[in-house]
Parts: sequence; C-alpha cells; structure tokens
Amino acid sequence: MAYSKKVIEKFENTLKNPSAFNVGRLDSKKKNVGTGMVGAPACGDVMRLQIEVDEKNVITDCKFKTYGCGSAIASSQQMIEMMKGKTIEEAKKIKDKDIAKILELPSIKLHCSVLAEDSIKQAIADYESKKA
Amino acid sequence: MKESIYFDYASTTPVDPRVAKKMFEYMSKDGHFGNPASRSHAYGWKADEAVEKARTQVANLVNADPREIVWTSGATESDNLALKGAAMFYKTKGKHIITSKIEHKAVLDPCRQLEREGFEVTYLDPDLNGEVTLENIRKHVRKDTILISIMHINNELGAVNDIKKIGDFTRKEGIIFHVDAAQSTGKLKIDLNKLNVDLMSFSAHKTYGPKGVGALYVRRKPRIRLEALIHGGGHERGFRAGTLATHQVVGMGEAFALAQKEMDKDNKKIKDLSDKFWKEISSIEEIFLNGCQKNKVPNITNVSFAYIEGESLIMALKDVAVSSGSACTSASLEPSYVLRALGRADELAHSSIRFSFGRFTTEREVMEVAKTTKTVVEQLRALSPLWDMYLDGVDLEKVEWVPH
Repeated sequence: MAYSKKVIEKFENTLKNPSAFNVGRLDSKKKNVGTGMVGAPACGDVMRLQIEVDEKNVITDCKFKTYGCGSAIASSQQMIEMMKGKTIEEAKKIKDKDIAKILELPSIKLHCSVLAEDSIKQAIADYESKKA
Repeated sequence: MKESIYFDYASTTPVDPRVAKKMFEYMSKDGHFGNPASRSHAYGWKADEAVEKARTQVANLVNADPREIVWTSGATESDNLALKGAAMFYKTKGKHIITSKIEHKAVLDPCRQLEREGFEVTYLDPDLNGEVTLENIRKHVRKDTILISIMHINNELGAVNDIKKIGDFTRKEGIIFHVDAAQSTGKLKIDLNKLNVDLMSFSAHKTYGPKGVGALYVRRKPRIRLEALIHGGGHERGFRAGTLATHQVVGMGEAFALAQKEMDKDNKKIKDLSDKFWKEISSIEEIFLNGCQKNKVPNITNVSFAYIEGESLIMALKDVAVSSGSACTSASLEPSYVLRALGRADELAHSSIRFSFGRFTTEREVMEVAKTTKTVVEQLRALSPLWDMYLDGVDLEKVEWVPH
C-alpha cells in the first residue's frame, strides 16, 4: 500500500509514543465525557473516540484507540489533532474529506476517514445526550 | 532493524546466483541464443540441447519421463492448460469437475470460466487444518465427474494434501487428477512413478528459478490428452505453441536440479529455523496458528494475532517483508478466502500474517523478526480498543457493532 509520508509518520509516532499522541481511555461514566465507537472487527476496523468537554463547550481532552489498518490509525490521530481545543459546534464541522485530504489517503482507504467522522459524531451525540 | 528482511519466500524466491549464471549463457551473441526450434544449424541445435537437458532436470526432480514435461510461462498457465485443456478434451465423457475452496486463483478462476462454458464445478471445503480429505472428495464424486484438481501444498497455510491417497482413488474411478504443485518442488519429495497424478503444475520462481517459466506434467501411461490453449507452430508436441524462452527454461532446469541436490539440506535448516521462530513467538498471548503444525511444510508459518489488524502489523514490521490475509492488503478489500474457508472468523483472517522462510534465511534474521514481532504486537494492542475489551472480559461476539 502506497501511503503518503504523513500517514506513515502519524502511524509510527502513535505506535512509538502512544501517550504523547492521545492514545488511551477517558472515564466514560463521567458526565462531561462523550464516547463514540464505530466499525466492526469483522470489517477490519473499530475506532473508539472519547472527548472531555468543559462548561464552555470546549473539547479539552481527547483519547482514542483504534483497531485497523495503518491509515485508520493515522486518521484517528489526525482527527484528534483537529478537534482538541475546539468547541462542540466547531468539531461538528470536521468532515471526512478534510481528514482524507490532509493525509492524502488513497481512494481505497477513504472509508478510514469516514469512520473517523462517524466516531466524532457519535462521541458528540453521546456527550449531548448525557447533558440533556 | 536496518536492512530489510525477506520472509515472503512463498510468494517468490530470489533466483539462486548459480541459476542466474547459467541463464546468462543463453542470451547474448557470445552465448547460445539460437531458437531451439531451428533444426537447420548449430545455433538451434545448441539451444535445443539446453532445453532438453533442462526438461530432464525438471523430470528428474519429480521422477517423471522428460517427455511428460511441457514448458509453460508459469504455474498459472500450467493450471489453465491442465483444467481447460482436459475439460475440453474429455467433455463428451462428463461435465463435472471437483476442486477445493482453498486452491490458488490460478485454479479457481479457470474453474469459474469452465462453469460459464457449461461445466459444473464442486468447490470442497477443507477441514479445520486446511486439508482436503479423500473422504470429502468421495462424497461429491458423480458419475459424470471427469476431473479433480487439488493442490499439493496450500500457499497460504502450508497445509499438505495426501495426493497419494487421492490419486489412488481417482485412478480407480477413471477420473483425471490434476495437482498444483507450485509450492512443493524442493519442499516435499514428489515421485510421479508412485503417485497416480495425471497432470501436475510447476513454477520456477518459487524454487529459486526465474519468473515467467513453469511446466506442466502430462502423464503418458495412461495417456492424458489435452486440448491446447495456444496454437501456432505445434511446439511442445502440440500442447503449447510458441518459441521457447531458452534462458528461462535453462534457469528452471538448473533451479530444479539444485532443488534435488540440496532439498534435504535446505529443509533441515528451514525446519530448524521454523521451530525456533515458533518457539519464540508462540509465547505471545492470543495468537493462533492457521493450519496445523503436524501437517504443514515448515517453510510457511501463518499466524493470526487477535485484536490487531494485519496491515497495521505489516506497517509496524516495516523492515520485514511478509504477507497478510488482511483485506487491507488486497485490492478487493476481502479478507483471505483461504482462512474463511477454514472457518476462521473474519477478524482472525484480518489479523493474519504469513511468514515464509527459504534457502537464504538466517538464524539471526529469524530471531530478530521474532523479537520485533513481539514488540510491535504489544504496541499495536496498546492501541486496540478490542484488546481493552478483551482484558475487561467483554465478549466481543455479543457486542452490537456498527458496521460501516
């Protein structure tokens, strides 16, 4: 698979230094934490994204874990970098196409960025349902 | 790891330097470049002599008569010629063909084509170890079965089929038996004098010969007839027209002669390395050997690393050349059809890696790759939400996933 340098770099950084690159878990029971998990093992990718949100609706922390190919892991990492410090409303505007463009994903791997967008949506929906 | 380590010998092997040297003698003006079909001058005679010597070398490795060896462009062409050629020639006898679900695409795709042309094909399931049993074949044989094609060694698992037993049965039943032996030359002893195999496909490049050349064994007693696929000059006794690629053919002959000479030495070394490798990596939790240690060739070790996706594992093992049954490494985005046919869950098919060793593999390489594999498996599991769930005791079968 011919990946862009960016995908390879993101993948390798994440692998070598997971804690510095947002790998981990937040306490899903907390009220200000939203969790999204999308994909299925049988399809070859599962992404779990968690966001912690402060009272001003700003995403202060994000953690992820991803089972999947190199581009799925890189897409998760990219998505987190784009979300941190954003408000919920801003985060909702992140699109799969943005992630795919930055990472120069090959067309056969576009589903990885779609999965990333889906996990953002799910995490936000979970957070909002808790708040409601 | 600094330099890249090649652990994909089941995919292809480097040409042995001794083979390459021989091949050079049959190309340029200083060498024997003649057309082996030229009967009118010494250039042709020399080339023909070399082709016939190579034919004998190939025949010797499998204890066949040189007149039973037909040169082709590779095992894929051999499989096509065997299946289509036999089916077409014997179609008045019957329309039913039996093969297995774990054959190479070079067998499966011609079978699909024959189905489009009106033949009926039964695709047998292997057992859990990846073996296609005679018992299963027996159950599916019909009065109009004309041809059975079962591979000798499976290319993904290394699982070995008992072609002796199957051949004894097909001979008694009067059914033609084709065996794809692309993976077995130089790995297992083949004695076509004792085996009741009618057609056998060979490849040069899996046995340290060049790519672009192979052979089909076509039995003379009892005589097997085929309808040719390529017409144009009646070369190879009418089985396959076209000027022979002398240097390729010479390369295959030399490679097979070396295989015969060095098989025991090669295999002993590879068995030893394979045992060491498995001993090292089998200490990793939640891994599964695909196939069965007792009934496989040692050069292939196919392992599923649960909770890790195969392509990411390959990326993490960046200085090691291996292949995976993961969908992500295939153009079709489908996980390995071989592992699925074994009944492996899709997630285990996605997480599989095939390590294959060969003549030039060293103990240092094996130990280094085992060590790196252990490290990256741990790293990737630290990234895997499935591994978390496994550690938390969650039953992944019961989770409601959101497939996309």
